[in-house]
Amino acid sequence: MKKKTLLSAVALTAVLSAGSVYAGELNVVCSNEQDWCDLMAGNFEDKTGHTVNMVRKSTGETLAQVRAEAGNPKIDVWWGGTGDPHLIAAAEGLTQASGVDTSDLLGWAQNLATISEGRTIGIHLGVLGVAYNREILEEKGIAPPACWKDLTDPRFKGEIQVANPNSSGTAYTELATVVQVFGEDDAFKLLIEIGKNVNSYTKSGSAPSKAAARGETGVSIGFEHDMVKLRRKGFPLEIVSPCEGTGYEVGGVSIIKGAKNFDAAKQWVEFVLSAEAQSAGPQVGVYNVPSNSNATIPAEAPSVESIKLIDYDFATYGSTDTRARLLARWDSEVKPK
Amino acid sequence: MTRTVTMWLLIGLFGFVLTPWYMTDAGFWGFSWISGVASDGESGSAFFLMLLHGRAWLFPPLIAFALSGVALLLIKNPVQKARVIVGITGVGLLFTMMQGLAIVRGGPRFFESFYSTLGGVDGQLGFGAGAGIVLFSLLFMLTTAYSSAGKGSGDAFVVSLIGLIIALVGVFVFYPVSHILVNAFRVPGGEFSATDFLTRLFSSELWHIGCITFSGSCGPAINSLVLAILTGASTVLLGLAFALIFTRTNFIAKPLLRVLTVIPIITPPFVIGLALILLFGRTGSATALFADLFGWEKTRWIYGFGGVYLAQVLSFTPIAFLVLIGVVEGISPSMEEASQTLDANAWQTFRYVSFPLMRPGLANAFLLGFIESLADFGNPLVLGGGRFNVLSTEIYFSIVGTVADPAKAAILAMALLMLTLGAFLIQRKWVGTKSYATVTGKADSGQHAALSRGVKFAAYTTALPWAAFTAVVYSMIAFGSFVKLWGYDHTFTFEHYIRAFGIKHTDFGWKLKGVAWDSYFTTLEIATIAAPLTAIVGLGTAYLLVRQNFFGKNAFEFSTMLSFAIPGTVIGVSYILAFNFPPVELTGTSIILIIVFVFRNMPVGVRGGIAAMSQLDKSLDEASITLGANSFTTVRRVIRPLMGPAILAALTYSFVRAITSVSAVIFLVSARHNMATSFIVGRVENGEFGIAIAYSAVLIFTMLFAIILLQLLIGKRKLRRTDRVAKAH
Repeated sequence: MKKKTLLSAVALTAVLSAGSVYAGELNVVCSNEQDWCDLMAGNFEDKTGHTVNMVRKSTGETLAQVRAEAGNPKIDVWWGGTGDPHLIAAAEGLTQASGVDTSDLLGWAQNLATISEGRTIGIHLGVLGVAYNREILEEKGIAPPACWKDLTDPRFKGEIQVANPNSSGTAYTELATVVQVFGEDDAFKLLIEIGKNVNSYTKSGSAPSKAAARGETGVSIGFEHDMVKLRRKGFPLEIVSPCEGTGYEVGGVSIIKGAKNFDAAKQWVEFVLSAEAQSAGPQVGVYNVPSNSNATIPAEAPSVESIKLIDYDFATYGSTDTRARLLARWDSEVKPK
Repeated sequence: MTRTVTMWLLIGLFGFVLTPWYMTDAGFWGFSWISGVASDGESGSAFFLMLLHGRAWLFPPLIAFALSGVALLLIKNPVQKARVIVGITGVGLLFTMMQGLAIVRGGPRFFESFYSTLGGVDGQLGFGAGAGIVLFSLLFMLTTAYSSAGKGSGDAFVVSLIGLIIALVGVFVFYPVSHILVNAFRVPGGEFSATDFLTRLFSSELWHIGCITFSGSCGPAINSLVLAILTGASTVLLGLAFALIFTRTNFIAKPLLRVLTVIPIITPPFVIGLALILLFGRTGSATALFADLFGWEKTRWIYGFGGVYLAQVLSFTPIAFLVLIGVVEGISPSMEEASQTLDANAWQTFRYVSFPLMRPGLANAFLLGFIESLADFGNPLVLGGGRFNVLSTEIYFSIVGTVADPAKAAILAMALLMLTLGAFLIQRKWVGTKSYATVTGKADSGQHAALSRGVKFAAYTTALPWAAFTAVVYSMIAFGSFVKLWGYDHTFTFEHYIRAFGIKHTDFGWKLKGVAWDSYFTTLEIATIAAPLTAIVGLGTAYLLVRQNFFGKNAFEFSTMLSFAIPGTVIGVSYILAFNFPPVELTGTSIILIIVFVFRNMPVGVRGGIAAMSQLDKSLDEASITLGANSFTTVRRVIRPLMGPAILAALTYSFVRAITSVSAVIFLVSARHNMATSFIVGRVENGEFGIAIAYSAVLIFTMLFAIILLQLLIGKRKLRRTDRVAKAH
């Protein structure tokens, strides 16, 4: 009898201590780097007096959570991460237009807002690039790559690492970029050729560059701001923007549909788009290109002028149909059997 | 019976009339439910909600209480009385739950006309304290009455415990998991189809065996199965070797060995994988050493089956050890003595007496290792490379990948469950129905038979190199937290610790400046609450399974294993799907984290409990019952003291797992309740290994300290006056 009472007492305490306060605060899921998340949350609190509850989750995990919570969301704003999942959320009606003024923003950032009918707005731009480990390549006597085509050369056999586009948004950006640069059929021929040199299609998009930093692989494909960060830490990484032209991702910020604190959420969106807030990036090692035309661009950021950037077509390559078709073709032609 | 039922009836009434029925945003301790009784239609108790706010659909518990009261007073025949109360409370429970499921925030979902008439058009919030009290009291009224209704074992405690565990497993395992598994029957168009489901479940994509026939790679299901069998077998072997060294030899460095055998389970995910890469990766230190010494080629063998297997064996050996040490220790010396008296030598005694008596332990340890390996997600992610795909990572990426495919995730989860069910059935068959009771209460010499030379040699040669290997891996990890850039720039630094756990003296006293403190305290708090609950639920279930007989026991046993066998990702998403909406709305709270830990880790308590309890002779219980004790007293005074190691294992394991588990937690952590692991994973993703490892090192020491504390608190069970090992002949 006593044990049962104890059990139920414990259960009751658990039930009683439940409950949570959401009103009057702002719940943010941040898909950027932890330090950047913390800094912006602190700056926003100082500026507006709102309390920010923030947690960091990757874009895939956030999208899964936003989908599962649809109808009764516990998140107000989703900030950061590549634009693709933000666009998917917008297309599925999981997010709502914030109505924030975008006139100060650069073209690619406004473009994201136009495609999504204002549901997501561009916050930063990250360029896709190739990195190589200087020491490893020197040791093996391999000449560094400069173009996408170089990666098909047998000298890189077993030295290239790139993520699998089925699991990684980074790798999907690469797939879509190559298709836009070379045309679909030639692009797949190129990818099959590069595939002969690939030692591993990792699951996570940032894994290849980390492996290249430590010499586990010679060459990696990924986003340049990740590579810059690793190089700044002291790893012997060199970064290359392919000569044929390269694509990019645009990070997004979206207000979740049914957000309990819409006004504070809107303030958050205004804040993260402001020149003042975006200029703080380099303090915590954020080296991507900010979307506000008045924000200071970090010296370490890939200089958009010297890189041949393609006109990335987010509307087409972000759509579910194109994505499914390209991934199916990748599975049948490129994926190692 | 009448007294107990009356007590629960009063508790239930109290809950119905005085405590807030819904869980509101203000929370219970905000006490706004007292001031808000009259003014708003959500914060009061069910009684006042019905009376003042027209929420007539909350009637079922009140009627059930009233009718039960009448039955208690009027019906004289006790059996008849019990049966009537079972009926009333059963129907009451059903209707109370039904109104919760039917009426959500947006109004009634089904039986619309019925609930609309009762005023439910505007919808309602999720169950709160009052609803909880009422439901529990109805449940216990039902079980208490059932035990007197001429069925069951006639023991109110046992029936209530069964009822409670079934209810908890039902609500916190079956209810959420069904939300996601139902997708398996959905074809891409959104309709349901059973035939399509079968063809997809057994598709060659999942099960092809190219790697065995040397014609390519294997399907993820085959990869998972092979990996799980090898990991399970290896962990049992190593666990047994360690357990034998501990209990049957006079090995000098036992305490050091003990630490080495426990550390891997208290290691946060990804850390072992990282350490292995830095040792055996293409530029790893061991690889470089072998290349210098023997001229071996530097390869990437660690990325694939080999690496994942190595990491899993490192991670899961301690679980096997924890289960086995109690079992090996519990084998009665008198059996071994009898064998020796009959002129058997040390080897024969081990082979034909001691070893067969360890069967339940070996089987349970294997099952745990097997399932852990199947559900493990961190190691295959870090070390699997591109080719070695297992079910758990495939499931993760079919939920969070570039194309979300819930149907595929559900099918993969089903395949994984099939493997678990298979292992479970084989395990049961192997253990069989023999008796393994060796703790009988009869006196014995307390002198364990020594191991034969061969066995001793085998145990040492298996365990010691492994212990040395573990030591190397952990020195690597410790080293990584003190250098600038692990794997590249090995300048000594304290920077990572200061960033994570810095304390600063300001004008207002000491302030915790480190970035890790918040999640550190949340994690400890949640783990401390979850661990004892897990142990109670797990061992309670084990007691029922070993000591009681009831209808549907096998299905009950398997259902308690379910949550363990399902990968964390699936559990995480299914918890959001189920518990983000009324009637049970828990997302964003710390309770959902506690609950997910309790029900995910409870199977370890169950397995360990079963292994330990099958050694206790039933005559001990019988003696206690004969002397007039009821089953609760027997559990408390006889069984509990003999279960020391099992309790320790359950507590340790659940505490530690609450701190180190990742995949389920990632979806459930919220801004207010962030956990250490999600912090660490974020840092690893960001390439900040130093701070991730420094945090891990602090967690390891915290857990080590907690384990030592637990060991002191629970103490060693005294099976006999002294535990000695005989000299080898």
